[in-house]
Amino acid sequence: MPDPKIGHDRETRRLWPALALPGTFWLIALFLVPIYAVMAVAFSDRINLFGEPIPAWNPVDWQFGTFSTVLQESVSGIYQEVWIRTAIYSFWALVICIVVGYPVAYYTARLAGRRRGLVLALILAPWWINYITRMLAWVNLLQDDGYVNKFLGLFGFAPHSWLNGSSFTVVMALAYGYLPFFIIPLFASLDRIDGRLLEASRDLGVNSVRTFWAVTLPLSRLGLITAIVITALPMAGDYYTNTIVSGSPKTNMVGNQIELFLLNGPQKNLGASIVLLLSIVLVFFMAYYLVLTQRASRDTR
Amino acid sequence: MTATITPPPATTRTAPARKWVPPWRNPWRKPYVLATLTWLYIVWSLLPVVIAVQFSFNNGRSRSTWQGFSMQWYCCNDGSVFEDPSLTLALKNSLILGVATVLVATPLGVMLAMGLSRWRSKASRVANGIAMVPLVTPEIVIGSALYLVMVNLYQFVPLGRPAMLLGHVTFSVSYVLVIVRSRLLSIGREYEEAARDLGASPLQAIRTILVPLLMPSIFASAMITFATSLDDFVVSQFLFGDASNITVPIKLYSAVRAAPTPALNALASLLLVGSFLALLLAVVGLRARKRGAGGSVLEDMADFS
Repeated sequence: MPDPKIGHDRETRRLWPALALPGTFWLIALFLVPIYAVMAVAFSDRINLFGEPIPAWNPVDWQFGTFSTVLQESVSGIYQEVWIRTAIYSFWALVICIVVGYPVAYYTARLAGRRRGLVLALILAPWWINYITRMLAWVNLLQDDGYVNKFLGLFGFAPHSWLNGSSFTVVMALAYGYLPFFIIPLFASLDRIDGRLLEASRDLGVNSVRTFWAVTLPLSRLGLITAIVITALPMAGDYYTNTIVSGSPKTNMVGNQIELFLLNGPQKNLGASIVLLLSIVLVFFMAYYLVLTQRASRDTR
Repeated sequence: MTATITPPPATTRTAPARKWVPPWRNPWRKPYVLATLTWLYIVWSLLPVVIAVQFSFNNGRSRSTWQGFSMQWYCCNDGSVFEDPSLTLALKNSLILGVATVLVATPLGVMLAMGLSRWRSKASRVANGIAMVPLVTPEIVIGSALYLVMVNLYQFVPLGRPAMLLGHVTFSVSYVLVIVRSRLLSIGREYEEAARDLGASPLQAIRTILVPLLMPSIFASAMITFATSLDDFVVSQFLFGDASNITVPIKLYSAVRAAPTPALNALASLLLVGSFLALLLAVVGLRARKRGAGGSVLEDMADFS
């Protein structure tokens, strides 16, 4: 009697690729080709009557005039300030994320019993509240006659104008906006740490601080890196947060520059060049993250 | 080293006298500091939104001074959500776009998940890698890339609802893939092989065995897709074209600095209700697959992120 599996294999060998085909085709046409389109526009110096770039689809026709100008202006020139500001804002917002997010994720991961579900649900909740809505909520609170100024007034502080180009407001808004995305992957990783290891450490007489440095932190290193990368990537391209809470060119980030060139003017090759430059900066983080998660999923399998 | 484990030499072994330990030195104390910090964070993260929702019921035009309860910004008053045509339009557009995205992205993602997890070859590994990249690509890159390709190459796709649909499906497919594939890997291939041994054709095996087994995760991923589409701002903003295609997040964004009325808060609250309903259904769907294991559904959701 022939092994039925061989017959199955022959039929399914064509079935599985056929099932994967539409989705793969979709991702090629609407993810890879668009990324290529960014390059085609960025590497084009020719413009049409409206001053819009004519994309160079053939790599042979690529010209690097615009891109190298943008690169120079980014390193030392008119765009330099925006890049530095993006780096500084993202850095401080990430510091706040780590300082606030780590203890919260740790506490939630170590909780047991009935309260765990509640705390977890409350921590997951902001993830599902629209980002713009959460910023809108702060705009309400930070109005000149809003609750924040009223609250500070109780302690005798004069009303402060928060929403007119304050870097402090933007950094706090970024931290507030991205903390849920930071906490959740970190929680998932802290949750996997075997509680017995921490108990063992305490049984051996090590105090909490040393337990943290010697056991918890090394075991959650991967989760911490994941959380930082997952938060830093969108933060570096953020433009809506500071438009909403500041609206002043004094706090513009790289994302604002991209939005300006792509959506509000004809100089789309400048915009595409900045997108490309941003992608090059971020691609290291993305690749690092993908390699880490691939390795982690291989280990657990 | 704490004093708890080294008893002073003067005491006998039968009566281990415990030296008094200050609470901050005791590693077994309750984590009051952490608990306080966590609850403070929860209040900080949710209270502003609660206040914003509260102001959608304000009986006056102010978004910072409470003037009593009223439903006037939701219904039946000039400028309320359901009377202001631009707000109603945004709500309608968001819902249509969300439903359309679910209808396209779910089958596409489920098929992709089945294909990629069962088909073992070099090509499938490459396709798998490509499918993961959209999850880590910053939205501004996806948004601007899609915008440039629609304007310059796929000119047959007009900016507006068609372009937004394509964009939303593109980032949703990867979510569906991740959720459904994790379930596929956990059920293994024994059931389909049994069906095949009993004479089912490959398609029959998928339809009668695999799809029912995957149903909870398909449903959950559909709901999560709906919620992400409803909440998406960046891709929509790059692709919406003109004001007739505005969605709720775009409307909120463009109106927030222009002295809006509490009707805007009402619109945001309705969006909130929409995505929470979808989320609730997703949790119910996932719970159907593991009855009894209550809290772990939330942990699954945490793992998906």
